[in-house]
Amino acid sequence: MTLAELQFQMPDLRLASAEIFVLFMACLVLILDLFVRDGKRTVTFLATQLTLIGAAVVTLATASNDVGFTFSNMYIADLLGDVLKLLLYLTVIIVLLYSRGYVLEREQMAKGEYYVLALFATLGMMVMISANHFLSVYIGIELLSLSLYAMVAMNRDSIPATEAAMKYFVLGALASGLLLYGISMIYGAVGTLEMNAVAERLMTMGYQGERTILVFGLVFVVSGIAFKLGVVPFHMWIPDVYHGAPTAVTLFIATAPKLAAFAMVIRMLANGLLMLAQDWQTMLILLSVLSMAVGNIAAIAQTNLKRMLAYSAISHMGFMLLGIVTGVVGGDARFGLNAYSSSMFYVITYVLTSAGTFGVILLLARGGMESDDLNDFKGLNKRSPWFAAVMMMMMFSMAGIPFFVGFFAKFSVLQAVVAAGYLWLAITAVAFSLIGCFYYLRVVKIMYFDTPVSTAPIEAPIDMKILLSANGLAVALLGIFPGRLMSVCHYTLARSLWL
Amino acid sequence: MEFRTFVFFFLSGVLLLAALRVITARNPVHAALYLVLAFFSASGIWMLLQAEFLAMALILVYVGAVMVLFLFVVMMLDINLDRLREGFWSYLPLGSIIALLMVAEMALVLGGRQLGLLESSVRQATTEDSNVQAVGRLLFTDYVYPFELASVILLVGIVAAVALTQREKRKNKAVSPGQQVFVKWKDRVRVLSMPAEKRDN
Repeated sequence: MTLAELQFQMPDLRLASAEIFVLFMACLVLILDLFVRDGKRTVTFLATQLTLIGAAVVTLATASNDVGFTFSNMYIADLLGDVLKLLLYLTVIIVLLYSRGYVLEREQMAKGEYYVLALFATLGMMVMISANHFLSVYIGIELLSLSLYAMVAMNRDSIPATEAAMKYFVLGALASGLLLYGISMIYGAVGTLEMNAVAERLMTMGYQGERTILVFGLVFVVSGIAFKLGVVPFHMWIPDVYHGAPTAVTLFIATAPKLAAFAMVIRMLANGLLMLAQDWQTMLILLSVLSMAVGNIAAIAQTNLKRMLAYSAISHMGFMLLGIVTGVVGGDARFGLNAYSSSMFYVITYVLTSAGTFGVILLLARGGMESDDLNDFKGLNKRSPWFAAVMMMMMFSMAGIPFFVGFFAKFSVLQAVVAAGYLWLAITAVAFSLIGCFYYLRVVKIMYFDTPVSTAPIEAPIDMKILLSANGLAVALLGIFPGRLMSVCHYTLARSLWL
Repeated sequence: MEFRTFVFFFLSGVLLLAALRVITARNPVHAALYLVLAFFSASGIWMLLQAEFLAMALILVYVGAVMVLFLFVVMMLDINLDRLREGFWSYLPLGSIIALLMVAEMALVLGGRQLGLLESSVRQATTEDSNVQAVGRLLFTDYVYPFELASVILLVGIVAAVALTQREKRKNKAVSPGQQVFVKWKDRVRVLSMPAEKRDN
């Protein structure tokens, strides 16, 4: 058999050039690291950051308003993918910069593999973001998760970290199994796994025929997604992993994968399985309400800040889902665009705020010690008024206090919920957010009104201080001018969705 | 009863019994051996369906790699070597029964040409090639994207395994005779010139 006999279309590699670039560079960094003698791995660190900047340049250069497909329609290049990928690079750059000092102080983490695994995780998220095929989604998830398991476990001598990695690995494998099982059911019912084709088949098939098997598969797919998002009742891994993992890795897990998970939800549910919206919306409403309840109430009882933020992440993901469940009302997708773009805005601003919050925790963690207990924040204002103010802005934003970006995020999601006619859902969400205010404001109280335990001034490299300040200002400024980002989300989704 | 049906029921029966014993066997080594038998029978059923690629993959990957690893782990967990060796011959009856069953299954499937297994009523694959060829062709054309990414996942697995297990070299305290011979007194003794001091009183 010759090559000419193989009938297939050569993939258009140009569309996927960002992924190819990151893969190439990740392998290059892996080899480069062998020649680095410096224990600080400065060259590896810089090469990783340059790779991410280079990837941003490549993505910008190939970005277009049109939707393109390649690799036998397994890969989709559209504006949604480009925007989310740019945000992803930015997040990973911030994350690696914040965690630099923390990693250097831990001998077992200060290795080149840490950066290489971060790059591979980024590649996995890029694959998830640009997936137009259930198989690509799955492969992307595995690439991301496998890198994350290893990163969590990297601080080998720490027992909590090893335990967290083990839990994450076992539960993650279980969730992947659920997702695959669901996907196989959908394949059995529809006969294809390509998302556009699935949507088309469902459109022509209507609701008759394989409905039972479709809904059966859908339940498993939604469970798999819920696990990756970390919403109740698939949230058990979140507190343990956030708490047990080294803070630098927690920062990574708490930020960038949320963007990819959002893309996954949009691609799989709002695109491929839109015809089944009524079914998955009902499931997601249940998950969303439960997450807001469990997340906000359990967070009150926590004394460890990382654990508290883990429960807060659960409640935020529940809130984000509210935008997803209100896209289609009675078979009418008129409000879809508004609802989904409010969710996108929510997830972007959450990632920004979450990065800043963990950034402050990393700022305080010095000399190989963690400072993730609430007591470590006592009297932060006396030690560093500016970073106490940054932390306060983050907490206000997460609580949804007006004129910080979190308020507008919550506001736009609630608007979508009310427009879709779910008044009770909006009221429930507001009630649980009010409960949530308690623990965010408690952090502010501890920082400003309690007497400090230690009075050591805060020392950090200048680049981290600048970036953390910029992060804080971004949360404040986006709260005053949310319009631009909101219209970016709206425009992006309008260009990328079939509604 | 057609011979084909007999082979199917034989393989399925062994598969079910073996699978049952996997979860009921008290001894983990027995459970692992039964799992090997279950995999073997399942691959025989796939062979009947003319999915020879899947059948071979199951044998090579699961029986050849995963289960051997599994047995290693089970045996390594029990550090008491004497106790492990003690019961070694007691595995023989069970082991040989399982081996005999496997040989019988293999004979049924491989000797299919003589026994008339090939004239089957199962729907044939659309291509005329074997399905190893068909799978290979698809992997390198339509599914090249996930295929390549799967190789990246394997790479991540290697990197992660190395990063998690490699330790720094232990500080070696052995002496090197070659270097010792060349030692000069200056390397070992430091002569200080100190000014003489006056008496205090």
